[in-house]
Amino acid sequence: MEWTKHLLIVPILLPMVAGAALLLIDETRHALKALVSVASTILLLVAGMALMRMAGGIPDGSGALSLSYAVANWPAPFAIVLVLDRLSALMLVLAAVLGLASLTFSLARWHRAGPHFHSLFQFLLMGLGGAFLTGDLFNLFVFFEVTLAASYGLLLHGSGAFRVRSGLHYIAINLAASLLFLVGVSLIYGVTGTLNMADLAARLPALPEGDRVLFQAGAAILGVAFLVKAGMWPLGFWLTPAYMAAAAPVGAIFVILTKVGVYVLLRLTLLLFGSPAGELTGFGGTALLWGGIATIVFATAGVLASQALGRLAGYSVLISAGTLLAAVGMGDASVVSGALFYLVSSTLSTAALFLLIELVERAREPGADLLAVTIEAYGEEGEEPEEREDEEVGVVMPGALAVLGVAFGCIGLLLAGMPPLSGFVAKFAMLTGMLNLDGLGSPSEIPARTWLLVALVILSGLAALIAMTRTGIRTFWAPLEPVLPRVLVVEVAPILILIGLCLAMTVGAGTIVNYTDATARSLHDPASYVRGVLGAGVQGQGPL
Amino acid sequence: MELTLAIAIGVLTGSGVWLVLRPRTYQLVIGLSLLSYAVNLFILSMGRLSVGVAPVLGVEGAEYADPVPQALVLTAIVIGFATTALLLVVLLVARGLTRSDHVDGRESR
Repeated sequence: MEWTKHLLIVPILLPMVAGAALLLIDETRHALKALVSVASTILLLVAGMALMRMAGGIPDGSGALSLSYAVANWPAPFAIVLVLDRLSALMLVLAAVLGLASLTFSLARWHRAGPHFHSLFQFLLMGLGGAFLTGDLFNLFVFFEVTLAASYGLLLHGSGAFRVRSGLHYIAINLAASLLFLVGVSLIYGVTGTLNMADLAARLPALPEGDRVLFQAGAAILGVAFLVKAGMWPLGFWLTPAYMAAAAPVGAIFVILTKVGVYVLLRLTLLLFGSPAGELTGFGGTALLWGGIATIVFATAGVLASQALGRLAGYSVLISAGTLLAAVGMGDASVVSGALFYLVSSTLSTAALFLLIELVERAREPGADLLAVTIEAYGEEGEEPEEREDEEVGVVMPGALAVLGVAFGCIGLLLAGMPPLSGFVAKFAMLTGMLNLDGLGSPSEIPARTWLLVALVILSGLAALIAMTRTGIRTFWAPLEPVLPRVLVVEVAPILILIGLCLAMTVGAGTIVNYTDATARSLHDPASYVRGVLGAGVQGQGPL
Repeated sequence: MELTLAIAIGVLTGSGVWLVLRPRTYQLVIGLSLLSYAVNLFILSMGRLSVGVAPVLGVEGAEYADPVPQALVLTAIVIGFATTALLLVVLLVARGLTRSDHVDGRESR
């Protein structure tokens, strides 16, 4: 069974090779490029599922809860190491599912709107895979940059003044954040002498008193860099215009980019500042909690104030990020388990919303209900896709408006967190965790900030419901002579599949909650992660 | 040497931050470049400053220059160079599309 270990490198190598190969294929051969790209993404999904099985198969309880893969076969604290555990496997599968959905959507027209769409898309997937699997801070930086570089290209895909302007802001903000990332990483290296996350966690308790402040400064600067990416208030103002400007399939895959920031914060806070860290235990938790709360408040107001659907979707991403950050800040295993369920559910539903927006926009008169500020943006955005109308091949969807309406309603329910879809289960799991910190039914004092967070999570759902209902009525019921949108099956299918996955998450909630529970438990046992990396390194001396 | 390096990093960072906050795209690019120089020097200084010591590994017990920050700086330079080049292209496109070199694409009077 030794060869299965090499599966860990697949989520990085496969998209890299596919993306590079796609560069060599001529731009006019759309079908061939699409075929290679889709095949690579499907294989990535299969590899992700296999890795999830491997991660899930690691026996729970004592011992190592992570699998490590020494890329150059050096023993663990040196050189590059990839680490697989339940959390990274979950994120890999999520990224592959989203990738497949947005790639399918793009086949209708978007992948022909500019050069090298498929290559950039594959490189984005490669960066995501690397960021989820890497076991050291500097490679995290490298894979972040790979992801970001690809995302710069994808954001500009389709061109237009609005996209270029938002792209300029997006690139400038992310370059500045990357510099903070480097400062944080080098400070941590200067203090501890290691970049390997597991080694770092092992060395932290022995950190001399005087170095602790420097380490905290490094960790805080690093945290700010991730929070910019996760979109925490007041660092997330760039997010809404950038996501609004992106083409529909690009917006859908971008939803997971904010989750990368959340993923890293979750991993590092629990690994480095979990229970055995001595004086450093719980560092940054309060900041994350209040930052998350501020983000939810800001994004809820934003959702209610949004006139354009794209803006609404952008603020929904922020609500989801804020809720997750606050849940990470609470740092409790049962809350984290619920938050992971919420992460999957909200990512799938917001991505579906981004895809749906473009189809819904076709059904309404251009600029019907936009503010004067946004009309400029939409006037420009509406122009480019239209000219390719004649080229479209594929089956046109019958009863398009009805299908779109139903999908829109489902996404509204998902964002609001109402039964019967998975948004409800996710919020329920999270709130149960928050209100029963010491286990179910035990009498425990619930602090005021928890009540505040509970109220905000519910209120943000209500705000999403109000905003979605308002837009839904205006789009589907109000027009006297509805414009019948030309919608292809290949465009509706990914949306329905994403919503179907959310439905499946409700039906199979038990299995998934078991998985997220196990994930949260292993995250709260940093020693098991460390054993998995450093212990495996010693054994890895033999033939791999 | 410590003082010289500290002052250099400080001056570069200060000028970089000021330029990044200016409204012209050209100032933005130069500001980000200055900031990345400052960060590169900072990374190098995190490997402790030393003159005339053996690279990587010295004789038993002797001082040696830490190779890891040097490797990090090299990677950071390459990545920073590439992303700055990309930013320059976007900047030129924005200049062409909006006929303005303001970061918002229009003058704020």
